[in-house]
Amino acid sequence: MISRQEVEYVARLARLHFEEEELTRLQQELGKIIEYVHQLSELDLSGLEPTSHAVPLKNVLRPDEPVPGLSQAEAIANGPAVEEGQFVVPRIG
Amino acid sequence: MVVDVTRLTAYDCRELLTSGQVSAVELTQAYLDRIAAVDDQVKAYLRVDAQGALAAAAAVDAKPLAERAPWEGVPIALKDILCTKGMETTCASRILKGYLPPYDATAVAKLREAGLIFLGKLNMDEFAMGSSTENSAFQVTRNPWDLERVPGGSSGGSAACVAAAEAPWALGTDTGGSIRQPASLCGVVGLKPTYGAVSRYGLIAFASSLDQIGPLTRNVRDAAALLDLIAGRDPRDSTSLGLPEPVGVPHREDLKGLRFGIIKELAGEVCEPGVRGVFAQAVRTMEALGAICEEVSLPSVERGLAAYYIIAPSEASSNLARFDGVRYGHRAAHSPDLYEMYVRTRSEGFGPEVKRRIMIGTYALSAGYYDAYYAQAQRTRTLIIREFAEAFGRFDFLISPTSPTVAFKVGERTADPLAMYRSDLCTIPVNLAALPGISLPAGFSAGLPVGLQIVGPHFSERTLLDAAYAVEQALRVEVVAPLQGAPGGPAKPVAPGGPGTPVGPAGREGAA
Repeated sequence: MISRQEVEYVARLARLHFEEEELTRLQQELGKIIEYVHQLSELDLSGLEPTSHAVPLKNVLRPDEPVPGLSQAEAIANGPAVEEGQFVVPRIG
Repeated sequence: MVVDVTRLTAYDCRELLTSGQVSAVELTQAYLDRIAAVDDQVKAYLRVDAQGALAAAAAVDAKPLAERAPWEGVPIALKDILCTKGMETTCASRILKGYLPPYDATAVAKLREAGLIFLGKLNMDEFAMGSSTENSAFQVTRNPWDLERVPGGSSGGSAACVAAAEAPWALGTDTGGSIRQPASLCGVVGLKPTYGAVSRYGLIAFASSLDQIGPLTRNVRDAAALLDLIAGRDPRDSTSLGLPEPVGVPHREDLKGLRFGIIKELAGEVCEPGVRGVFAQAVRTMEALGAICEEVSLPSVERGLAAYYIIAPSEASSNLARFDGVRYGHRAAHSPDLYEMYVRTRSEGFGPEVKRRIMIGTYALSAGYYDAYYAQAQRTRTLIIREFAEAFGRFDFLISPTSPTVAFKVGERTADPLAMYRSDLCTIPVNLAALPGISLPAGFSAGLPVGLQIVGPHFSERTLLDAAYAVEQALRVEVVAPLQGAPGGPAKPVAPGGPGTPVGPAGREGAA
């Protein structure tokens, strides 16, 4: 189970807002999903390392040479609000 | 020459072009005509780039035949999760509406370099989260075999487009089955390569430890060719390794000496009877080709679904934090401050399933739950990887049905997220273990396609596709949906015919 308060707390962490009725539905849906995945916490997996990468890989370093990247104009071209080559955002808090 | 695209594989397209029988513009126009005739019903495409495609085709035609690369002028369509330079890429999400990527995904760049023609961008579940393509913010794609049913997902646009002959082949992506499951439901071939075979650069990330780009095609040879075109190590994706050798042209005719393990947990009661029947028939066909098929138990794969629904949403909640209205895509208007702008932008921009998964992932990673959920899911993943590795000590390949059911009706599973998640039961363990898997059309149940999944060890694509080719030749299943174009569509025409008559939905029932 997941409480209403927990759903609201997680929504804040995720930067999402839900209307009252959405919260009610979400609480039920998340509750069912969490109940389903809870089967994992009942397994004794104490001897196992959590997977960090499923295919064996080792680090390969490339030569540290400068290569062209995006220009400033290309990098900000999709910005919803830009000014003088920079992204514009509303005031903080 | 008028081209009937409904019978063409990508190799056929290449043959028509290199023999000079058709021009690249004629071929491209034939596909544009087919799209115009049937896509009102199928709705596979989010955007068709007729002008760009015809211009690129004209540039190919301007080159002498002798100077062209092998696949130059062959059309293709792309899932809208792959960045295409200067061409709108939305991930079927409102939050990315109007986004014009400043670069091509590496797989896309490789196809552009090889001279392929991009017909357009294909519909999908928003951010690849879904198994029916109903989670697209823009439209619902229909299954060409039955327009009341879903094409599967998340690469539903890619699978439907190939099944309806709206492109000879397409690229999709697969995180938990998103290439193989729609390929199964639409009766086409779908290949998820080994994790790392294809660069993920420019693939808009869902779950980075699971995502792979791969082909959806009409046959195994086309899948092999498309994989060879896109595979390779890429300095821009540090997890990419490429393939140890090119796959080449699959040519194996029998399965003598090959051992196939039937995954007990994925081939039994979890699948509906019609699917089990077609699967059993496919096993008999494989045995007739000399294969040794035996049941094998991988007990932990049953936990795969639960592990996946922790791991994938956790990664997604982190990956999708970048959609904040600052650098690209949608931004909510008139927000009093930055925090409100983030919240309103994301709440307006994301659809219900994406929000649900961000919530699950954020919850699983939050303080106090990390060990119980995320760490435990990753330990389960370790167990699944081990069980697969042990099975590959005894078997060359593992098999199961690709999907527990045939295509379901539009709307049937939308009210119950867990029922929708179970659609990927058979495919998810393969992603968790980073293995290559292919879905082949195996036959029909009640007139709807059923797929056979073959899974190989890491980087076994060459032998996997060779074996798949032998199975495909023996099964001979019809892979073009009997979809009628709208009246006034392109005229009937001549095309390179394949040998014999393949098994269609009616034929399969008649023979059984």
